[in-house]
Amino acid sequence: MLSLILIVTASFFFTGIIIRTKSILSGRKGPGIFQPMKDIRRLLRKGSVYSETSGFVFKLAPTVYFASVVMAMLFIPFGNQPGLFSFEGDFVFFAYVLALGKFFSIIGALDTGSSFEGMGASREALYSLLAEPAFFLLMGSFALLTGQTSFADIFGTLHFTSQISYAIGALASLVLLAIALIENSRMPLDDPKTHLELTMVHEVMILDNSGFDLGMILQATNLKFAMYGALVANMFLTRGYEIYYSIPIFIGVQFLFALIIGVLESFWARFRMNHNPQFILMITSIALFIFLGVLLMLGKIV
Amino acid sequence: MKKSIDITNNQTIPIALIPELEYADFLEFNTALMADETCHCVQYFAYRLPGAIKLICCMANDHEHNISVSSSLVKPDAHLVSFTRHHFSFHFFEREIHENFGLQYTDHPWLKPVRFSYNRADLKQQIANYPFYHMDSEELHEVGVGPIHAGVIEPGHFRFICNGEQILHLEIQLGYQHRGLEQMMLQKKTLLQRTILAESIAGDTVVGHTTAFASLWENLCGFTPSEDLVFARTLALEWERIAIHSGDLSAIATDIAYQLGSSVFGRLRTPIINAFQEWCGNRLAKSLIRPGYNRFPFTPATEAVFTRVLDAYLPDYTEMFDRMIDLPSVLARLEKTGVVSREQSLSIGTVGMGARGSGVERDIRKSHPYLGYSKMDHNPVLLTSGDVDARTRLRDLEIRQSIGYVREMMKNIPPVSQPVALNETPASDSFSITLVEGWRGEICHCALTGPDGKLIAYKIKDPSVHNWLALALAVRNNEISDFPICNKSFNLSYCGHDL
Repeated sequence: MLSLILIVTASFFFTGIIIRTKSILSGRKGPGIFQPMKDIRRLLRKGSVYSETSGFVFKLAPTVYFASVVMAMLFIPFGNQPGLFSFEGDFVFFAYVLALGKFFSIIGALDTGSSFEGMGASREALYSLLAEPAFFLLMGSFALLTGQTSFADIFGTLHFTSQISYAIGALASLVLLAIALIENSRMPLDDPKTHLELTMVHEVMILDNSGFDLGMILQATNLKFAMYGALVANMFLTRGYEIYYSIPIFIGVQFLFALIIGVLESFWARFRMNHNPQFILMITSIALFIFLGVLLMLGKIV
Repeated sequence: MKKSIDITNNQTIPIALIPELEYADFLEFNTALMADETCHCVQYFAYRLPGAIKLICCMANDHEHNISVSSSLVKPDAHLVSFTRHHFSFHFFEREIHENFGLQYTDHPWLKPVRFSYNRADLKQQIANYPFYHMDSEELHEVGVGPIHAGVIEPGHFRFICNGEQILHLEIQLGYQHRGLEQMMLQKKTLLQRTILAESIAGDTVVGHTTAFASLWENLCGFTPSEDLVFARTLALEWERIAIHSGDLSAIATDIAYQLGSSVFGRLRTPIINAFQEWCGNRLAKSLIRPGYNRFPFTPATEAVFTRVLDAYLPDYTEMFDRMIDLPSVLARLEKTGVVSREQSLSIGTVGMGARGSGVERDIRKSHPYLGYSKMDHNPVLLTSGDVDARTRLRDLEIRQSIGYVREMMKNIPPVSQPVALNETPASDSFSITLVEGWRGEICHCALTGPDGKLIAYKIKDPSVHNWLALALAVRNNEISDFPICNKSFNLSYCGHDL
């Protein structure tokens, strides 16, 4: 329950911190931290407009997408407290419930019949497809290391002792950060600020969404960010920390996570579209390193 | 018999002096000139005479610094052999003549409407039945963009034929901004109205087009601009180049999502255009240039403003550009993107920056000097790779070059002269041509007057008309997601094309 409250709270700040970081780094004052939330509130109070060419899938998609993210969130543990739901192998469920939401947002985009949205849908499908192995390699390695198969047990048992395990922790944070960038269509893979449909990935898929639907999609993105931040934070919340330590650690990690994204987006140009798969495969290979490290620690090789 | 008359930039001649050739001779003479790559067509247009249509072709020779003008009289229902068959760079002019006068070409490879002007010859041709290229393949798909621009700048329709993410073909259809400027030039009777029309040809090239109009008008009236007038116009041209190039660098950085470059170059552009405001009261330099007199003389006080702006601009600019152009993630986006080869560039007749980025030397400041450039030893910046990177670096080098020129010029500010009255009516039965190198490239204005000194034809050409096709070629085999950055690297004008 605690993790759910913390994730929802973090989601209110997350995008605001990114935008503020980017503004300050480019020498501007920037909007307030809560501006993205105010925008979402405004959108949620509006009605949606549907094009005549779109069918029921298009109306359904934002709800399913939002629901899938909320569902996935319920599985995130907080330190040694399990999430609202927890069972053996729940990380597989986690990944595929998110995939279901993405699937709906993709067919929702195709439902509009616009050539732009079809283009975006194909890009998004490709990148999620490529990012999936990285996530499973990472969680699989942890499952192997701890001998557990649920989020709560994995993070509950995980503790860093040797030098190799520190390396694994650092690499795992990197992989999770990269997956969060891919899943949320941020730089360097996608540019959420651009007005150019031809270069968009996620944004072009939701071009036709408006009002309440758009508000839900945007809030789902915020939640997703905070959720991945929570996963990263969990790696640093090993068993035995008291709540007055772990809550500041959680907040600190989330803040740092948003800050890193803001800095990355300020000083980098975006990748050329055909370099994105290479980048995602690189993340997979880092996940492979983690797997190798785990095998080393368990003495399965050498 | 001589086949053409050689004139220089800004020269006025009686129409009767232009040799009138048979169409076959006219075609052979002008297309033969294109064999020499220092020659290019600056203007080829038609105007109506009783029962006939007169074609006038102006071929500029960059090496000899002259312009060969020839003409031909054809019947309105004639079926002609096209110039384009011999050299692609004529394609636009012939399409325009076909659209406006209904002349038929038997072998033009691409005889499509240019802009659907309201006074086009064939009113059945409409955007709804525009003959776009299409494909019947199951593998390929079409993406139509526009006419409403995503960033709400100007309208234009772009239709891509793609294989997945790769562009096989791009067809650009413009004309949504057509205002009938050339006709309005004839209809409006006062000089001020015409000058204001010239200022509105392309909002980003106010100095370029207004200078072209003012020079043309002064030539027709036999007026020699005083030294301070020449000084102010030359300086404004270079200043406009600095301003727009800085803004373009910002736009290029925005398109590759390089936030730092985007905001810093954007900030740097503002004081430059604000200096225009301090000089003449308008950030785009509207109302600065008027035929025959100088409303806002360049005084030592203005010089102080310009020097202050430049002193603040240069260190920040240099630091930002050097950092951006060394950044691997930026270079990965710019290099080898949107390549236009030298051969392509020559064959379609690109001008200005688009040409200089592909190693083709087209710069009116050097080839047909005007205003203060005849005294300057101007050497155009040339880059050869023809990609987005070349066009980005070209902007940088031109900004630095222009800053040098502005500083040099400001060392000797000519004193404000007493205004000399301009003749009210231009010379009768005359033809005059003016070429100006705007920041985008060669601007050409032509005028013809009748027996009473009234305008009978006014022809405007913005450099964009040549370079739009270069954009279409540049994006071939590139990824569709790289189209915006290619487009921005050319930064062509919609309204300059549409008139």
